[in-house]
Amino acid sequence: MATAVENFAGQPEVLDGALESQMTLSMGPQHPSTHGVLRLDLRLDGELVIKAIPDIGYLHTGMEKLFEYKKYQQGIVITDRMDYLNPLGNNLAYVMAAEKLLGLEIPERAQVIRVLMCELQRIASHMVWFGTSCLDMGAMTPFWFTFKEREKILNLIEAASGGRMTPSYFRIGGLMMDLPAGFDNRVRQFLDDFPDALNTFDTLITGNTIWHSRTKGVGIISKEDAIDWGLTGPSLRGSGVDLDLRKATPYSGYETYDFEVPVETDGDVWSRFKVRMHELTESYKIVRQALERLKPGPIKADAPKIVLPDRDDMRKHMDSLIHHFLIVAEGFNVPEGEVYHAIEASKGELGVYMKSNGGPKPERVHFRGPSFINLSALPVMAEGEMIADVVAIIGSLDIVLGEIDR
Amino acid sequence: MSVVADVIESTVAILKGMKRTLSEIPRHNWTVQYPDEPVTVQPRYRGQHLLHVDEAGKEKCVACYLCAAACPSDCIYIEAEDDARPYAERVGRDERYAKVYNIDYGRCIFCGFCVEACPKDAITHGYNFELSVYNRADLLKTKDDLLITKQVQSKNYRVALSSEDVDSEFKKIRTKGGEKTDR
Repeated sequence: MATAVENFAGQPEVLDGALESQMTLSMGPQHPSTHGVLRLDLRLDGELVIKAIPDIGYLHTGMEKLFEYKKYQQGIVITDRMDYLNPLGNNLAYVMAAEKLLGLEIPERAQVIRVLMCELQRIASHMVWFGTSCLDMGAMTPFWFTFKEREKILNLIEAASGGRMTPSYFRIGGLMMDLPAGFDNRVRQFLDDFPDALNTFDTLITGNTIWHSRTKGVGIISKEDAIDWGLTGPSLRGSGVDLDLRKATPYSGYETYDFEVPVETDGDVWSRFKVRMHELTESYKIVRQALERLKPGPIKADAPKIVLPDRDDMRKHMDSLIHHFLIVAEGFNVPEGEVYHAIEASKGELGVYMKSNGGPKPERVHFRGPSFINLSALPVMAEGEMIADVVAIIGSLDIVLGEIDR
Repeated sequence: MSVVADVIESTVAILKGMKRTLSEIPRHNWTVQYPDEPVTVQPRYRGQHLLHVDEAGKEKCVACYLCAAACPSDCIYIEAEDDARPYAERVGRDERYAKVYNIDYGRCIFCGFCVEACPKDAITHGYNFELSVYNRADLLKTKDDLLITKQVQSKNYRVALSSEDVDSEFKKIRTKGGEKTDR
């Protein structure tokens, strides 16, 4: 068996001359453990995966083309729908790219709220990853616990923005509106309960020998391979590369927060699992710090031709009303140029390439989605593994098909 | 021998997990028996739109088309008309009003941009969220469906107070019934 893998791993052309024992299995697009509508073309020798070919495109929505027909501010709602587990992170990447082109200064309070919300969203996103990857491997119980925690965070996001999965909370130049009264206390309440939940996860999964034997030594990707394939985020840090954009190229004031970047060296499913579990604690720490820094202040940049005026101002002052009409009806012109801005989303480096030709609509918006590039490394990890482990590997990559197909 | 050790270890792991799982039984439920019980929505929740009227029942909308311009999915259709009659007789608060105001809920994405754009506070998001219909044409809602005086509000939601912690509030409601104990 093993020799067959060694023969075929590096020589895909030999595969076409089919072996007697070789079988092609189409896993997905309706398979529940492919996290959406991913189809895997698996070439099997018995239960051993010889070759895995991801087949994507079932969710293609043409979002990147859609940006060209929307005004800059309207594009925010499209970003919500890409990585639908981390919408606030997508919002942030998009608005920060536009702000870079415009040269806007974002006030302190808005920055802190952005960090606060993004870290809450990261916890929510990791909760879904944790729940579903356990579910894929047959452990159903953690799923209910993680979704309880996620529900609390979605309630918080709903309280701030009005949307649960599609918050569209950030705006170019600031925020949609300020946090509701009592929001910080509600976040504190959540944070006070959260260590308890982490304890539960440790009891159920992290210290569980069955879990160890399912994940240790499975789906290994070496440090060099991980860099070559462009892995980012927890999947890269699970292979021993210390790269976190929050530390490497800080944005939104992340350089002033005290947190660690967890790194594991083994590069297997277990390492990636441990990195993400550790990240939950780090996000928890950042949220705590951000709460301390919430001071009253403006939440929108001082740019009357770009940022909508305050509602009260708009009702009372003629010039504010005129600005309001102009911004809503015609948008604002963004200086000519192109920019790339990357943030550390929950799944890795989420980069936005934005090109402006000086008008109110972008000429091109391209997203470097972490899920898409992490998925491309799946064959490296899956080849030579058992078919049941492919499910574990997909779970450990934490992919979201909405982002892959865009 | 190692097989025996493996079996024992796995059994212990399962028992540990079951202990945690079973310890949930006396605790309260987090799920809501919708639609028998109403779900709690936040004050800022974005549901079906409401077109507002002033104290005298006159429509606030002046058909300025800003909501239609702000809409990322082009789902708002407006036809404006001038009504020169005196205030007491006309439909709108101002002379100009929207004769037709349609929102296509087959396209609407509930982003809230129209609400943000409205200079007259004439349109807001309500809380109705049960919008499924049997016929796609029924998703097109007209002024008759959207006006606050005419829209029927569902009984299946409860709006939280502005600063209310839904999760702790939820615990309180549950324990008040006395059937289930809080942690």
